[in-house]
Amino acid sequence: MSVSRFWRKIPQRYNLIGTQCTTCGRYFYPPRSLCPDCRRSGTIVEHQFRGEGTIVTYTVIRTASDLFEHTTPYVLAIVRLDEGPNLTAQVVCRPEEARIGMRVKSVFRRIAADGESGVIHYGTKFVPAE
Amino acid sequence: MRDVAVIGVGCTQFSEHWYTSFRNLFVEAGTLALEDAGVTGGEVDALYVGNMSAGRFVEQEHIGALIADYAGLATNHIPSTRVEAACASGGLAFRQAVIAVASGMEDVVVAAGVEKMTDVGTGVGVDTLAGAADREWEGFAGATFPGLYAMIANDYMHRYALTREQLAQVAVKNHENGAKNPIAQFRQQITIDTVLNSPMVADPLRLFDCSPITDGAAAVVVVPLERAREFTDTPVRVLASVQASDTIALHDRRDISTLDATVAAGRRALRQARLEHRDIDMLEVHDCFTIAEICAIEDLGFCAKGEAGRLTEEGVTALAGDLPVNTSGGLKACGHPVGATGIKQIYEIVTQIRGEAGKRQVDAEVGLAHNVGGTGATVVVHILGGC
Repeated sequence: MSVSRFWRKIPQRYNLIGTQCTTCGRYFYPPRSLCPDCRRSGTIVEHQFRGEGTIVTYTVIRTASDLFEHTTPYVLAIVRLDEGPNLTAQVVCRPEEARIGMRVKSVFRRIAADGESGVIHYGTKFVPAE
Repeated sequence: MRDVAVIGVGCTQFSEHWYTSFRNLFVEAGTLALEDAGVTGGEVDALYVGNMSAGRFVEQEHIGALIADYAGLATNHIPSTRVEAACASGGLAFRQAVIAVASGMEDVVVAAGVEKMTDVGTGVGVDTLAGAADREWEGFAGATFPGLYAMIANDYMHRYALTREQLAQVAVKNHENGAKNPIAQFRQQITIDTVLNSPMVADPLRLFDCSPITDGAAAVVVVPLERAREFTDTPVRVLASVQASDTIALHDRRDISTLDATVAAGRRALRQARLEHRDIDMLEVHDCFTIAEICAIEDLGFCAKGEAGRLTEEGVTALAGDLPVNTSGGLKACGHPVGATGIKQIYEIVTQIRGEAGKRQVDAEVGLAHNVGGTGATVVVHILGGC
């Protein structure tokens, strides 16, 4: 991912900042600038999520793209945040620890590095919270 | 709207084509299709080509112009258009050709699909395919394509009674079919143990749950039904052509292990064709992973959610079963050159309806093709029948 593309979403990626439609109340993470339900009649504001949620489903990645290959195996999950939206993130735990329904909380972590001299991507991962 | 018929089909060997270039794969498939249709190049009014990512796989864009040129049609100045919907690009190309003919805008149209995937290494290949999902919010976190389908599989197995052996049987069945298909990439039979002993890619999916990296091209020729007999004695009619969308990211779906776009497209297609499930004799579904075939059979409405594993185990979806699924070998055994797959599905159904499928021939008058882009963000369904 290019530097500008990563840089543009740093607050959202570092601090789990998404959006909310104040017309219908629905929360969005990843952030959306248009509410899919209210569309043009919706009003979108920023929202910082608490970072607590539950694993909806997960897998253990054993073969990854070049960017992630050196970190395999890693647990990848769809996490449902308590405010409602689902997101895809890594869970920092042993593969055999992960399970559907597990409570997790967000942490700030290094995600990947774009080669030895490229930008380091930081962002949100989750850890078990039980 | 005019009725549309397929009058010719062609397909290259699905394989690792070290000695054949992207453009020559297309030329081979297109030539076979025109010969089969009894059409000369000069009669072709328009070209549509499905291609996911020539930009990443062979660093070539402007595919419409390239294939028109190398097919010898550039100096006829016909319209040639690339369409893209990740792994559903082929199905989309076929649909664009059908729309062009149905509308009355064009008469003789070639729909093709082509992908050359083996000119890059596995890492780039995996990363390119991950672009079918949400790059910023799935790929960024380390999601791979098998990883996303593995999360579908884990959700499914948590909620429904699907055994690991039933899942493996999908691959075993598709290899049995592929072994009888001369164009298939893998023509050897496997056992459940082959699947269960293969390396884990993304839990619970193992190597033999995954479709391979493949080079290949396929092409078909469509014309107005009223003109079909000018070209062939065995036209195959397009009874329905439907496309549906859903959220790009898996995490935004209403239900992780139901592809709502498949549900919507399947329903609309049957309505358009004025048919019911029992009228469909065979399916070519998008088994990019074994779990995807299970979901497809259910989401298309051929059985209730949670039952496709048992049907597979009982042989219902095998060649000799009541509802043969993926007689070509599917993406799993026939191979999955992503842009070509949707056209190959049409190729297979036409071949079956004409009774030209050799050792894998089933009794089929009506077949349904189901082509998926990404994890279900685009679904294309076609129903074809003899006439």
